[in-house]
Amino acid sequence: MQTITLVSFGQFPKDILEKTAEAVVEEYQCHVNMKDGHLDMGEFFDAARRQYDGNALLKQVQSMSFPESDKCLGVFNVDLFIPILTFIFGQAFLGGNTAIASIYRLSNERYGMLPDERVLADRLKKEAIHELGHTFGLIHCRDPLCVMRSSTYVEDIDQKGQHLCASCRSILEI
Amino acid sequence: MAKKISILIVDDEESVRDSLFNWFIEDGFRVECAENARRALTMLESDQFDIILADVKMPGMDGLEMLRRIKDIKSDSIVIVMTAFATVDTAVKALKDGAYDYVTKPFDPDDLTHLIRNATKQISLAEENETLKQKVISLENVEDLIGKSAAMKNVLRQIESVAQTNSSVIITGESGTGKELVARAIHANSPRKFFPFVSVHCGALTESLLESELFGHEKGAFTGAMYNRKGRFEMADSGTIFLDEIATISTKMQIELLRVLETKTFMRVGGNKEITSDFRVICATNKDLKNMVEKGTFREDLFYRLNVVNIEIPPLRERKEDIPLLVNYFINKYCMSMNKPPATIDIAALNRIQEFNFPGNIRELENMVERAIVIGNGKRITLKDLPEEKTFVSNSIESLDEFEKAFILQILNKYDWNISRTARALKVDRVTLYNKIKKYDLKLADQ
Repeated sequence: MQTITLVSFGQFPKDILEKTAEAVVEEYQCHVNMKDGHLDMGEFFDAARRQYDGNALLKQVQSMSFPESDKCLGVFNVDLFIPILTFIFGQAFLGGNTAIASIYRLSNERYGMLPDERVLADRLKKEAIHELGHTFGLIHCRDPLCVMRSSTYVEDIDQKGQHLCASCRSILEI
Repeated sequence: MAKKISILIVDDEESVRDSLFNWFIEDGFRVECAENARRALTMLESDQFDIILADVKMPGMDGLEMLRRIKDIKSDSIVIVMTAFATVDTAVKALKDGAYDYVTKPFDPDDLTHLIRNATKQISLAEENETLKQKVISLENVEDLIGKSAAMKNVLRQIESVAQTNSSVIITGESGTGKELVARAIHANSPRKFFPFVSVHCGALTESLLESELFGHEKGAFTGAMYNRKGRFEMADSGTIFLDEIATISTKMQIELLRVLETKTFMRVGGNKEITSDFRVICATNKDLKNMVEKGTFREDLFYRLNVVNIEIPPLRERKEDIPLLVNYFINKYCMSMNKPPATIDIAALNRIQEFNFPGNIRELENMVERAIVIGNGKRITLKDLPEEKTFVSNSIESLDEFEKAFILQILNKYDWNISRTARALKVDRVTLYNKIKKYDLKLADQ
């Protein structure tokens, strides 16, 4: 059984990380260790874009040592970007051992709506399972309900399911 | 996605290359990166990419120059240019030089996804188009015309030489000899092959229907004309129109047709606008048009306008050496269409088929083979699978005795040499039948 470390950087709504960890355990049949991470986020801030460099953060999380862990998911609460895109929800090394995700663009308030903790938790669960799926070698799936379906807007995340489709599960042999 | 789409990313900034690389890899594309235009052009010499995503501003050769060079090598390449500074001039220049689209960095993730999805759709449409073209070519290939006889070889030679020209052709031959197949072969080998081949069976339509069919009609031109409709001449623009049974058209239609052939312009029925269409005309008939001209039932001027080249297809009875080839061809064709394993034919059955004179020509032979495959055991066509009502007595037989001998043998074979059943069928008694067998020295092996 694999062990995944969920490292959180910053403050998060109550229980949201625990719920995400439970969803990851259920989906990948693995152990999840939860840790608090500490980084000087200023190093990753791009003043011109007023966003945080996703590529640099992904590499930074990868460089952190978690000897007991097979894979690591860094969870952030800041706005992530990569040089070519205006924003990202998260990213991962395909077939690697590191992924990152952020709740920054997952909350309803960001889109002028009333806060909803359940919706926020569901979105983070899906994003975490999705990015970890990439570390298991899964690419984007065409099944509209599969959690590995590509999501470029938060509505796309809401429309897809929280689980891997049968086809993606068969690739992972789980 | 039927095939893995490949993308080449060309950008001097490593972070941009890495970001795009990761993004596309997660979407399941094959992705390669080049740090400058020269490296990209070198890669393109040895590898093919479906989509090239290139930055405009790069040291050395810029993206626009690279775009021009790529287009020189492969004009249908899909090149998307990326620019950090959205200037209308740069975008217009790129599009004029053949770029598929341009994007301003940084992109919205959804824009990038849509851009690549549209480019992918264009690639699959282009591939589908190419596949369909190939299919059409193979369906209409001159190789579908089977024959090694001198007469058929001559027809094939004529098809090849006339295909490259724009001349009108009249194909003559008996019913069922494959006149439309020859017309399709001419079209398929002509420069017009990627444009429509429009076939009109003139004999099946009344004069007014034929007029509306050929020229089209405007809404309200006659009762029932509820919509504007394109005519066959209009549909055949840049292609070929095939007028089958041309000898059956009325004198009025002959005049109309002559005018259209001379000017390549016409008006729809009920219309007042002249329409121009660039078509090649191929006609077919099983009548002797020259004779009809002499009798005054076919216009001489139209005859000469149509009869620039005449291809005469010999009847099957005059090229019997082609029958085994045709039989094999039809066996394979029908076994394949019926999902059956390839069948063979008994030598006795093949000999019997060759004895027949096929007044319905190849169409009749084809029907016979199809029927044999349908009713037979699917492995081997034997005498039993050939139609019972057909008489296979050779046309070469002239004497009554020879005819009687062959006919009795045929009926004996039909009833597996059961004397009683054969005698009943021939309406003679068993003794008479035995006497005939003895007289003609008929043996089971004679079949």
